[in-house]
Amino acid sequence: MLDIEKNVLTSKDFESNQEIRWCPGCGDFAILKQLQNVLPTLGIPKENFVMVSGIGCSSRLPYYMNTYGMHTIHGRATAVATGLKLSRPDLSVWIITGDGDALSIGGNHLIHLLRRDIDVNILLFNNQIYGLTKGQFSPVSEQNKITKSSPNGTTDKPFNTLSLALGAGASFVARSLDREAKHLQEVLKSSHEYTGASFVEIYQNCHIFNDGAFDKYTDRKTRKNNVIFLEQNKPLIFGENNEFGIVLDGYKPKIVALDVNNSINNLFIHDKNDKLKAQILSNFSEFGLPEVFGVIYENSILKKLNTDFQSLENDTNAINLLISGNNSWRVL
Amino acid sequence: MNDIVEKQKVVIKFAGDSGDGMQLVGNQFTYNTAHLGHDLATFPDFPAEIRAPQGTLAGVSGFQIHFGSVEIDTPGDVYDVLVVMNAAALKNNIKSTNSDTIIIADISGFDSKNLKLAGHLADDKPLDEIKEKVKVVYEIDITKLTSIALAESSIDAKDKDRCKNMFALGVVYWLYERDLDETIQYINEKFSKNSSLKDANILTLQKGFHFGETTEIFHNRFHVLKAKQQKGNYRGINGNEALGIALICAGAKSNLPLYFSTYPITPASDILHFLAKKEKEYHIKVFQAEDEISAISSAIGASFGGSLAVCSTSGPGMALKTEALGLAVSMELPLVVCNIQRAGPSTGMPTKTEQTDLLQAVYGRNGEAPLPVLAASSPSDCFYMTYEACRIAIEHMTPVILLSDLFLANGTEPWLYPKFEDLKPINNKKINSTQQEVFLPFSRDENLVRNWAIPGTKNLEHRIGGIEKQQDTGSVSYDGDNHQKMIQIRAEKVNKIAQFIPNQDVELGEKTGDIAIVGWGSTYGSIRTVTKELLNEDKSIAHIHIKYLHPFPSNLKELLSGYKKVLVAEINNGQLVKLIREQFLIDAIPFNQIKGQPIKVSDLKSEILKQLEEC
Ligand code: SF4
Repeated sequence: MLDIEKNVLTSKDFESNQEIRWCPGCGDFAILKQLQNVLPTLGIPKENFVMVSGIGCSSRLPYYMNTYGMHTIHGRATAVATGLKLSRPDLSVWIITGDGDALSIGGNHLIHLLRRDIDVNILLFNNQIYGLTKGQFSPVSEQNKITKSSPNGTTDKPFNTLSLALGAGASFVARSLDREAKHLQEVLKSSHEYTGASFVEIYQNCHIFNDGAFDKYTDRKTRKNNVIFLEQNKPLIFGENNEFGIVLDGYKPKIVALDVNNSINNLFIHDKNDKLKAQILSNFSEFGLPEVFGVIYENSILKKLNTDFQSLENDTNAINLLISGNNSWRVL
Repeated sequence: MNDIVEKQKVVIKFAGDSGDGMQLVGNQFTYNTAHLGHDLATFPDFPAEIRAPQGTLAGVSGFQIHFGSVEIDTPGDVYDVLVVMNAAALKNNIKSTNSDTIIIADISGFDSKNLKLAGHLADDKPLDEIKEKVKVVYEIDITKLTSIALAESSIDAKDKDRCKNMFALGVVYWLYERDLDETIQYINEKFSKNSSLKDANILTLQKGFHFGETTEIFHNRFHVLKAKQQKGNYRGINGNEALGIALICAGAKSNLPLYFSTYPITPASDILHFLAKKEKEYHIKVFQAEDEISAISSAIGASFGGSLAVCSTSGPGMALKTEALGLAVSMELPLVVCNIQRAGPSTGMPTKTEQTDLLQAVYGRNGEAPLPVLAASSPSDCFYMTYEACRIAIEHMTPVILLSDLFLANGTEPWLYPKFEDLKPINNKKINSTQQEVFLPFSRDENLVRNWAIPGTKNLEHRIGGIEKQQDTGSVSYDGDNHQKMIQIRAEKVNKIAQFIPNQDVELGEKTGDIAIVGWGSTYGSIRTVTKELLNEDKSIAHIHIKYLHPFPSNLKELLSGYKKVLVAEINNGQLVKLIREQFLIDAIPFNQIKGQPIKVSDLKSEILKQLEEC
C-alpha cells in the first residue's frame, strides 16, 4: 500500500500501447476514457485489475487498457471471469461485454453469474445492434427495426435488460450513458465499491450501424424530458424546468405536473435498496415514462468474501492419507 | 461333505433388479477378495435410468468380479458363478455363461409376474431351458428363506425383502470359504443408527452362509490361492477416484491451487462427487457450472489467474467444449480436460463404454489447434496418466486432453499405491519479474514454452486472447507470415513434448516378431490376456499399449516396424489405426468391437490366430 501512495496512478498508466481500432465517433472511446479515469482513483495496485471480454466491438477494450486482460470467445467472458474471481478473490475483475455478447450468445452465463453474485463488475455496452459483424439486429433492438438481417423489420421483441438482470437475482443494477462522463464515472465507482455482482448497462452509440439510437437521452433539446437521473432518497423529477414528477398509483408509476395539487412530498422517492421499486423503475419505458439512469438497485445485505481457496502447501501427510484411503492393506 | 475344488481364477456375476442391492454385494465381495490377497478386476454395470421399471430387462443391475491367484487383467468373459435374483437378470446374462457356469437363482424372481416383466410367456420355463446349456443350476427360494429368517424382526416387509441380497452374498461367501467378519463390521457401521436393520442384515448374511453349510444341495466349495503380489501397501481403486486423487497430488506437487469445474454428466460425475467431498480439507475450488461451456471457460479464467485448472466431462460435453479448447490452445494456458468416454454418437448409450473420442481429441477443433492427448489404461493407471496430463499441461503451458472411459471409471482393482514424495516433480512456469524492457508474454524458452505471468504480478501486465498473436509480443496481428509462423510454433511446441515422455515399451512379448497387438485405453486387460495366452502357445506376439497418443513416443514408429503385422484393437470403428497409418505409413490392421463392453478376449484371439496363419 505504501508503494501506491508514493506512485500515484494516473489515467495515463492505464493506456496501453495498442492502436485503438474502433470507428471514429464510436461511443466506446468515451467509456474507455472514463474507465481509465476511474480505475487509478480506486486505491488498487494496477496489477490487480483484470479486464475480461468476449467478442464484439466493445470486447476489444482490454487490449487498450494497460492492465491484465483477456479477450476471450463469444459470450463467455462472464464464465471466464467467474473462474478467475472464484480462484483469485484478491483481484478486481471487470467484464467488458456487449448486448450481443452478454444477452444473446452468452445469456446463460450472464444470468448464472448474477444468480451466484460473483464479485465482479459487468459493463454491458448496449448499442442495440451487432457492430463487429456489420449491422444485424440484436436481442435488444427495438421491434420492427430494419437492419441488414431484418430488411422487413424485426419481429422479435427486445429484452428489457434491467428486468432481466433483476429477474436473474442481480444484487446491483445500474445504468449510464457513454456521453455522460461524470455520471458514468460515479456509476463505475459505485459498481466497484459494491461487493457482489455489479451489473452496469451503458448505452453506447454505434456511430456506424445504429447512429442516434440514444439521441433522445443525450440530445440537449430532448433529454430533460426523457431522462431521470436517480439519486438515493430523492424524488423522481424531470422536465426542462423540473416541472414533472413521478407518483406511484399502487404499483403503477405515473407522470404528474408539479403544482399545488402535487407537492414534491408525494412523489416516488428513489430507494436503491428496495427491490420492488427497482422492478418498477426497470419497466419505466414500458409505461411510456422517461428512462432512468443511475444505481437502480443495490442489495444492502453485507457480504463476506470467500477466501478459503489457497495454494496447498505440500501437506505431505494429508496427501498420503488421501492416496491410501482408509481401507488399505499390506502385502508382505 | 462337499469336495473342495482348487481354482486359479474365478468370475462371479451378481445380477438382479436395480433395487436388489447388487452393487453393494459386489463391492463387499470385492473388498473381502482384495484383503485376502487375490488379484482382481471388477465391472459394475447398471441401467441408464435411475428407477427403471422393476423386474424388467432395462432394470437389471449387475456386478462382475474376476479374481484369482494369478494376474487378473479383465473382469472376464464367461462366468464361473452367476447369481440371478430374477428372470430378467438371467435373460440378460445368458450369453456369458457356458456349460461349466454355476447358476444360483432366486426362484421367487421367476414367478409369473417376473417372467412376464422379463418378456417371457406365462408357461416359459427359463430355469429348465438353461439346464440344457448349463450343468449346475441351484434353485433356491432366497426371498422366502430371507423372510423366514426375519420372521421375528421388527422391520417392515419391504425392508425384509431388501435383505435378500445378504442371503445371496452369504451363500457365495460359503462357496468360496470366506469369513463373514469384515462384512458384518461393514453392516455394523452402515446401520449404526438403526439396530433392527443392522441385526436383520447380519442375520440374513449368516443364514445364507449356514444355508450353504447345512443343506446338501451344493456339490463343491472352491478354494482360490493368494496371488503372488508385489510387496507393499495396497488399496482398492476405481478410475474416477484415482483421477481425482491425482489432481490433488498434481496441484500440491506443482504448488498450484486446484480449480476443478464441471457439469454433471455420466460417467464423469463421480469425479465431481469425490472432489466436492475433499473441497474443504484440501482447499480445492470445486465449481459446478451452469453448462459444459461455462465449466471450461471458467477453468480458463482460473488458469489465467494461476490455478491448476481442470474439467471433467464425457463425449457430448466434450463436443461443447471444443471452441474454448481452441482458446486455451491460442492463449497457451495450462488446462486439463478429462473425457470419460461413453458410447456415442450424441447421447448414445450413457452407461456403456466406448473409445470413440480419440480422433475428436486429436483433431476436433476449428483451425490448427494441436494439443497433447493422453489415455489411461486401467483404473489405477487413471492416477498416473492424470498426473502426467497435469505435468505436461503445467510444464508446457498447454491444454491437455486425458481420455478415460466408463469401464475404467467404474472398474475396481487393487492398487499398489505410491507415496506422494515419490511422484515426479512438476515445475510451473510462473514468473515474478522480467529482464525484458517491455514484458513479452509470448517469448519462449528452448522448448517453445512461454512464461506464466499471473495477475497481481507487478510490471507484467499483458493482454491475451483468441485473436492471432504477433510472435513474442502477443499483440493482435493479422499478418499472414506471422500467422503461419505461429501455427508452426504451436505445433512444434506440442511435438517437442515427445522428448519429455517415456519411450514406448512393449508390455508383453519381444521387441520384434510376427504380430504386435496395439491398443490404448481400457482395452489393456483384454489385449494383455490374449497376448499371455498366445505367448504360452509359443506364438510370436507382443502387446504394445500406447498411453501418449499425441504426440506419440519418439520410438513408436521404429518399434512398430519390427513386426510383420500390426493389429490395432479398439472399441471404436478404427481411430488409433488411422493415426498410425497416417503418421507412420504402416499398413496396420484394425480390429473393432463396439458393443458397449470391453473387447471379448475370445473374439480378439480368433482374429489374431487368423492373422498369424497368414503371416
Ligand atoms: S461498428 Fe459501431 S460499435 Fe463497432 S466500433 Fe464502429 S461505431 Fe463502434
